[in-house]
Amino acid sequence: MSAHRHSSPLAVTGKYLALALYVGFALFPLYWLAKIAVTPDKLIYTEGTALVPSSFTLENFRTVLVATDFLYYFRNSLVVSLTTAAITTCIAAAAGYAFSRFTFRGKRLVVAIMLITQMFPLLMIIAPIYKIVAAVGLLNSLTSLIIVYTAFNIPFATFLMQSFFDGIPKDLEEAGMMDGCTRFQALRKIVLPLTLPGLGATLGFIFTAAWSELLFALMLINSNDTMTFPVGLLTFVSKFSVDWGQMMAAGVLALVPSCLFFIFIQRYLVQGLTSGAVKG
Amino acid sequence: MARIELQNIAKNYGPVEVMRDINLEIEDGEFIVLVGPSGCGKSTLLRMIAGLEPITDGEFRVDGRRMNEVQPRDRDMAMVFQSYALYPHMDVARNMGFSLEIRKAPSQERAGKVHDAAKTLGLTSLTARLPKALSGGQRQRVAMGRAIVRDPSAFLFDEPLSNLDAALRVEMRLEIARLHQRLETTMIYVTHDQVEALTLADRIVVLNAGKIQQVGTPLDLYERPANRFVAQFIGSPTMNILEVVPADKGVLLKDGTVIGISPGTDHASASDLGVRPEHLNIVPEGSAHFSGTAELVEHLGSDTNIHTRVPGIGQVLVRQHGHVPLKTGDTVNIAMELDKVHLFAPDGQRLEPVLGSG
Repeated sequence: MSAHRHSSPLAVTGKYLALALYVGFALFPLYWLAKIAVTPDKLIYTEGTALVPSSFTLENFRTVLVATDFLYYFRNSLVVSLTTAAITTCIAAAAGYAFSRFTFRGKRLVVAIMLITQMFPLLMIIAPIYKIVAAVGLLNSLTSLIIVYTAFNIPFATFLMQSFFDGIPKDLEEAGMMDGCTRFQALRKIVLPLTLPGLGATLGFIFTAAWSELLFALMLINSNDTMTFPVGLLTFVSKFSVDWGQMMAAGVLALVPSCLFFIFIQRYLVQGLTSGAVKG
Repeated sequence: MARIELQNIAKNYGPVEVMRDINLEIEDGEFIVLVGPSGCGKSTLLRMIAGLEPITDGEFRVDGRRMNEVQPRDRDMAMVFQSYALYPHMDVARNMGFSLEIRKAPSQERAGKVHDAAKTLGLTSLTARLPKALSGGQRQRVAMGRAIVRDPSAFLFDEPLSNLDAALRVEMRLEIARLHQRLETTMIYVTHDQVEALTLADRIVVLNAGKIQQVGTPLDLYERPANRFVAQFIGSPTMNILEVVPADKGVLLKDGTVIGISPGTDHASASDLGVRPEHLNIVPEGSAHFSGTAELVEHLGSDTNIHTRVPGIGQVLVRQHGHVPLKTGDTVNIAMELDKVHLFAPDGQRLEPVLGSG
């Protein structure tokens, strides 16, 4: 229910002005990315900060797709991000359910350790991780990235999933068990369908995190075959020049999967699936 | 159909003992109401019967068979939750038929039973709706329907009406009573509302602090409360408790008034006298036991509640039938119906018999 209150036109204008400013501020870098991507190379410096380029070109996109290894990077990133998101979400869902529903010995300890892992700056552990990965011979492999990303994302994803499970009333499972379900059946038939928004959110979050990760990818990968997209972007920077147009075009293309993904899951994110479950 | 026995049931949460020495036998087809203030353990007891909460000690039997370790789904009991706990992603029909779905009943049988239950509860036009499109009362009906469809050996109700508004509550209370008459199935009903308890129960179990205070028919509890707790918990408005000391031929109120009681009564240990507001009468000055000043007069139409401050005794509530033309500040002369007075020992236990004579 929205309560319609009559506020002064000034307040309304102010509100929308503030919103517009914020949206403009937040979206400007994206606009600039897209603008440079479609600006012909020769105009990038001559027109400088002009908001709209005087001519448009799709040449940068063509070059990126045809003349560079971008599609490889893209594929590698897709493999790494999707696999990481899938594995992390599965583990986090299982762990989150356990944290939410069961009491067991060492629960607080595990939670504390998981929290502590979130406190370390990544830079501190890059060297040890490198040594470990090198020792098991996984350098330059996508597998190493998947393992590292999964390990780093599980704590946060677990807390996220736990909060979603916490949001589902225990009564529902108990009703299911009274109705004849085993605990697992209750989980599968009642809790899981209601957790879809949570699973979607977690998948999306982990996917985006893995998709844009640069630090580990830079350290653990240096062969062209296994480069992920953020590392690949750096190949547009050569010793003497930067291919701004191509780099931005690649950036625009890299946004596509993230956007698609969020369009796909957003209806789960906003939908209150559990409404109507309990109380009047 | 089920005869349920609880023998020396105890419940601990770690080192904390929340319930002990629960002994109760519930006859087949009986309507038992567990009642008590919040935190008394009544819901925990129900959940132990349902199998949702492990039993720490003691034995729980259904028709003579030990059930302590049996999973909830194998106990053949249906439960109606306080929150209704409807499955939000299933429509009304599927919610009601879910137990049959899980047991892989043929879809025709399922549809038939759901239809019958929906008809009984007046839900026929709503079967395709999701729970979120239902009102509170309708959700409550669906929750009952889900229990009925199963044809269980016992129904468990956990404060099923506490989320409804007053009018709906009365209506659903009737519905549950009718349901019990029709099905003649054992029902165990948890509530903190004594009106629900008194109107629905064959027998009431009053719980406090994890212990059974008294088991009896509604009239038993009203007329012969086993202790001060039950006396004050059952009956509305609450029973007046007046401090007394034993005297020669009766008990002495704090203001010095002697209340005579019949010979043979063990009143030597009496420390409290209980009298219900409806057993106090407003009388002419000469025949009163004590007098006070009306502090607040509540005109309820059918009854009048007069909150009276009596010097030396304290606050006394008098309930009179019909309209009594009294107002704040008036003097009220009060007489007790002595055959309806209760005496309690210092530990709160009832003293018998308590019949008195002026």
